[in-house]
Amino acid sequence: MAKYKMHILICGGTGCKSSNSLDIIEQFHQILAEKNLQDEVQVIKTGCFGFCERGPIVKIMPDNTFYTQVKPEDARRIVEEHIIKGRKVPDLLYTDPENEQHVSDSKHMNFYKKQLRIALRNCGFVDPENIEECISRGGYEGLGKCLSEMTPEQVIAEVKASGLRGRGGAGFPTGLKWELCAKNKADQKYVICNADEGDPGAFMDRSILEGDPHSIIEAMAICGYSIGATKGLVYIRAEYPLAIDRLKIAISQAREYGLLGTDILGSGFDFDIELRYGAGAFVCGEETALIHSMEGQRGEPTLKPPFPAVSGYMGKPSNVNNVETFANVPVVITKGAEWFNKIGTEKSKGTKVFALAGQINNVGLIEVPMGITLREIIYEIGGGIKNGRQFKAVQTGGPSGGCLTAKHLDTAIDYDSLVAAGSMMGSGGMVVMDETSCMPAIAKFYLEFTCEESCGKCTPCRVGNKRLCEILEKITDGRGTMEDLTELRNLGNVIKDTALCGLGQTSPNPVLSTLDNFWDEYVEHVVDKKCRAGVCKKLMNYVIDPEKCIGCGKCQKGCPAECIVRTDYIAPGHKLASMRITTEKCLKCGACMGNCKFGAISVK
Amino acid sequence: MANIKLSEDKIKVIKDIAKSFGNKPGEVINVLHQVQGKFGYLPAEVQEVVAHELNIPVSRVYGIVSFYSFFTMEPKGEHPIDICLGTACYVRGAEKVLDAFQRELNVQVGKCTPDGKFSLNTLRCVGACGLAPVAMIGDKVYGRLTPDQVPGILAEYK
Amino acid sequence: MINLTIDNKPVQVPEGTTILKAARQIGIDIPTLCYFELDGMKFENKPGGCRVCVVEVKGRRNLAPACATDCMEGMEVLTHSARVINARKTVVELLLSDHPNDCLQCEKNGDCELQSLTKRLGIKEIPFKGEMSTYKKDTTLSVYRDMDKCVMCRRCESMCNKFQSVGALSGVNRGFQAVVSPAFDQPLGDSSCVNCGQCVQVCPVGALTLVDNISDVMKAIADPTKKVVVQTAPAVRVALGEEFGMKPGEIVTGKMAAALRRLGFDHVYDTDWSADLTIMEEGTELLGRLQKALKGEEVKLPMFTSCCPAWVAFYEKNFPDLLEYPSSAKSPQGMFGAVAKNYLAPKLGVKREDLIVVSIMPCLAKKSELAREQLSVNGNRDVDFSLSTRELAHMIRQCNLNLNDMPEEDFDSPLGESTGAGVIFGATGGVMEAALRTAYEVHTGKKLPRIDFEETRGFEGIKEATIDFDGFPLKIAVAYSLKNARILMNQVREGNPNGYHFIEVMACPGGCIGGAGQPYHHGDSNIIRKRMEAIYREDVGKPIRKSHENKEVQAIYKEYYGEPCGHLSHEQLHTTYTDQSDKLEATK
Repeated sequence: MAKYKMHILICGGTGCKSSNSLDIIEQFHQILAEKNLQDEVQVIKTGCFGFCERGPIVKIMPDNTFYTQVKPEDARRIVEEHIIKGRKVPDLLYTDPENEQHVSDSKHMNFYKKQLRIALRNCGFVDPENIEECISRGGYEGLGKCLSEMTPEQVIAEVKASGLRGRGGAGFPTGLKWELCAKNKADQKYVICNADEGDPGAFMDRSILEGDPHSIIEAMAICGYSIGATKGLVYIRAEYPLAIDRLKIAISQAREYGLLGTDILGSGFDFDIELRYGAGAFVCGEETALIHSMEGQRGEPTLKPPFPAVSGYMGKPSNVNNVETFANVPVVITKGAEWFNKIGTEKSKGTKVFALAGQINNVGLIEVPMGITLREIIYEIGGGIKNGRQFKAVQTGGPSGGCLTAKHLDTAIDYDSLVAAGSMMGSGGMVVMDETSCMPAIAKFYLEFTCEESCGKCTPCRVGNKRLCEILEKITDGRGTMEDLTELRNLGNVIKDTALCGLGQTSPNPVLSTLDNFWDEYVEHVVDKKCRAGVCKKLMNYVIDPEKCIGCGKCQKGCPAECIVRTDYIAPGHKLASMRITTEKCLKCGACMGNCKFGAISVK
Repeated sequence: MANIKLSEDKIKVIKDIAKSFGNKPGEVINVLHQVQGKFGYLPAEVQEVVAHELNIPVSRVYGIVSFYSFFTMEPKGEHPIDICLGTACYVRGAEKVLDAFQRELNVQVGKCTPDGKFSLNTLRCVGACGLAPVAMIGDKVYGRLTPDQVPGILAEYK
Repeated sequence: MINLTIDNKPVQVPEGTTILKAARQIGIDIPTLCYFELDGMKFENKPGGCRVCVVEVKGRRNLAPACATDCMEGMEVLTHSARVINARKTVVELLLSDHPNDCLQCEKNGDCELQSLTKRLGIKEIPFKGEMSTYKKDTTLSVYRDMDKCVMCRRCESMCNKFQSVGALSGVNRGFQAVVSPAFDQPLGDSSCVNCGQCVQVCPVGALTLVDNISDVMKAIADPTKKVVVQTAPAVRVALGEEFGMKPGEIVTGKMAAALRRLGFDHVYDTDWSADLTIMEEGTELLGRLQKALKGEEVKLPMFTSCCPAWVAFYEKNFPDLLEYPSSAKSPQGMFGAVAKNYLAPKLGVKREDLIVVSIMPCLAKKSELAREQLSVNGNRDVDFSLSTRELAHMIRQCNLNLNDMPEEDFDSPLGESTGAGVIFGATGGVMEAALRTAYEVHTGKKLPRIDFEETRGFEGIKEATIDFDGFPLKIAVAYSLKNARILMNQVREGNPNGYHFIEVMACPGGCIGGAGQPYHHGDSNIIRKRMEAIYREDVGKPIRKSHENKEVQAIYKEYYGEPCGHLSHEQLHTTYTDQSDKLEATK
């Protein structure tokens, strides 16, 4: 980065790209050229900064000024004011909601203060399409160290000692996994990177691949060296076009630089990487299903053993890790296991990336040390609940996880504490909910997802989840009974106990955890036929207050169900007869309420 | 068993793609990806030709196409609409946005309007959770959507 | 060896033994549903999908499928703890909640594995109600599909793909919509299906059943204007008894003949007889080809047998370029039909149309074979109806008879005499052995030094041997399962590197004795084994064991056909094959 005086870093992640960040880049290029500054100021399209809520993000280096919600037309002001005159543009700076002060340096923003970025270390700092930048920030140092100073056994020992666990779900120790695969002798072995992120509401793997693809390539090569594999495969979602493009560019650059291919860095070690495309099946996050999919089969999981370490892709020993796990590996090597080991809790070392989403002020991608509390994440990093509403629950682990409540806010989170609380780490989705979320409806939402994504192979998942979902539908439709609640729990437990793969075994978690933590809300739906969040349509009735209704008829005109009729009652002070909703015909679309200017329509 | 009928140029496209993967049965998913990329969807005849070229049973090809949600046997509209139903979007009201699209277009999820202009689909997380709820029309992302914006957005394409 | 306890009983097993097998070793029968193994035939369906066999393993977080979990040292397994029973019942209740439960009218009533599981677990009601899967009913001439009843055990899919390499069926869709189906949910008849029916044989429920022709036959018998004759295939007589509580392998030839007479058939004949006729034709054809080859003339070798109709359909669909390799001889069913309609009808004084020929077959493909254009004259089929072994048993019961009580009776003449060679057609390798017995003696003019060709027998999927034909090394191969047949066909396509002269193919496990029309074996390959032993017992018990010594066969050549592969026999006893493969057709 040396030859330029200043750098403008613009987020080119999917979120910011959706808000025209590429236009902003274009604008900067034009204006800089116009001012003849193109040789002094470099414009860099980076990966995700994480603070998606305030995107598009533009960062000016070296003073680390952090502009939020930048529009293409703001580029001129930034160049003319900040770049040329050295004056920050105040209205584009982040405003601390607590004290209304502008914060210019991201280090001082609450969103970043408690974060510790290991896996995301380069995201937002480097141009992912430029290998030299990556190398200047320490990229491929770990691979170099492994090849020149360490034996494969030493690499595995280091990863084992670091305490790194798989970031994709259950948290299996990474070093141990590598060791198991290394032990199996074979003419060919494979390193597989699981980049088929399928959790609804999780996009950490995508952000890493978009923002720092070289760290994944480096880590896969390190893994290949340690287990004795010369082939790497990235199984990536076809719906991630940007990540695919960047990974392809990175792979070809790495080949050009001799960091992939034959005799890497003169060490005699050969390694290369190919891409395989997922085709939209959540269950392919399960490693056996993933392998079958790569082999051109239906992505159905098979029983373990045999584990992929023994018989994986094409029947050869294979090591599968997800993107975030790999992203940690180069740091473990360069900074050492001892350094890494100091971060986190006793059994969960390092950091975890979460996709913070839902009814929270600061939606975005965050990376925090293991052991942080939910309260710190939600209230400090996340900036609290949107619109000043009350926190109700946080869902972690996606469809495999559970809903935690206020009583869990001070739990130090790691793999084991989340499981103990009835949820799990999963891949790191974290969806915050306020009182406008209905818990039985949330459970149903996840079950619908599982039903759609179930491969259909085993009975508990194929039929059991369907039945769970149907019972939840009964409950949210107001047809539920107390027996249904008992059946939900029994069936949920049996599915957990009997399903074939991780998807099925964890699929009842959203139901079981909400039953545990929001029992009253279920009972309300069943006994009182009430949805306190006002989400369950069948439990709502729209009514017109005849005293407030002036009889303008606007509600009637906009009603798609034609269920609004005029009564013959004229309220005192009004000229026209009031309207009435025929509840039996009502679709509960809420159009009438939106159309009423007099506040005469309410939900009961 | 019957003859598989498809236009000559389409057969050639499929043959070329299959050949570029060495006509290997294990590459069937990659082949289907590329073929769908060319034709937009995978009708039965196309799957038959793929099976024929890779020398695998067509039942296996269909077993794969019907398994993965990315593959479709329905043609897409001129302007494919995808509504994100990921959790982040869901808790921020994506369902109501979906309802609005269905109402405005009078079309079911997974189907195409009779004039072929729009097709409506749902997907799980486009990774723009900061903009939830999100919809995509073609490559363009619409964020922070509310149901009342839907008619206006559709008008851009009419 | 590994030591563990199952239900607190110690057991010692070799490494790699599953909990299921270890438990069976000590008399604990853990129920299964999807699990299916044909021991000794290299066929296994073990998706671990149904979850009926789950057991509790101490220290393990969730329950383990016994069928697919290997025993480990020190393991403590519980197969009937409250947790296990509750889970197992719930799993079966879930299956029932998506099942029509119309057991009374179901073809599989009494033979259904889901039904017996339900009974065994004492399930009296189904706590779950919800959406049910509904699919179009579909039928070929052999197989009836009602996928509403499918439990996704995947046995049919495994059979169709892993055992037969036919590839008509695949798991399609996913989640609750997942089902086994041909591509695009098209009718099975439009797929690559060859009607071998093995999917029916292994289906645990009533999702795949045979096409029932009992009422057609009953109607014909009741019609006073028709004369109804019946032929029974060799494999039927060693399996029919099972349907009446007899031990597998009991030979019921005489009782069966008696029962058939009591059912109202006018004449009861034996397909073994036409099997001998087949050997005369096929053996002569083989010798003809060999002689040509020795003279250096262009001739297609190896010759393949052509008695198995699923195999015939298979090569017509998959190997259209090799249609000249199989023997042109019709199958024994087909030959019998041709002889009956052309030779017997005038003898019996009836018109061709008024003679109804029924076959009793261990096979479902025979129902489709008889509809082949090549096997009818002016639209009148040589064989009118084919009933499977199971249908015959039904019919016997329906007519208030019990096979156990039947006297021993003989077949009628002239199409009733058979030899040991005809009998062994029922087992894999049998056609080969029968052909060798005849071809050797015809070719060499010498008596066989030994009549038993052990090298063609047994359950090996592909058996190879070189037979000394009086100085000429005859290279043969015997295969069952169409997957093995495909291997051999591919070799032929590549120029027959092993130099085979003659190859026998049967589609079903162990040959016709493991046919799809036989009593359900529910995966017990010992049953098939016992049937095979019975076949060879029957062979040894026959006074004549070579086809060319069959007096009634000799007589018909003398009286009617002249000589094997002569003009008339070519017309009536031989057939042609047509290309039935998928072809690309470019349109503009």
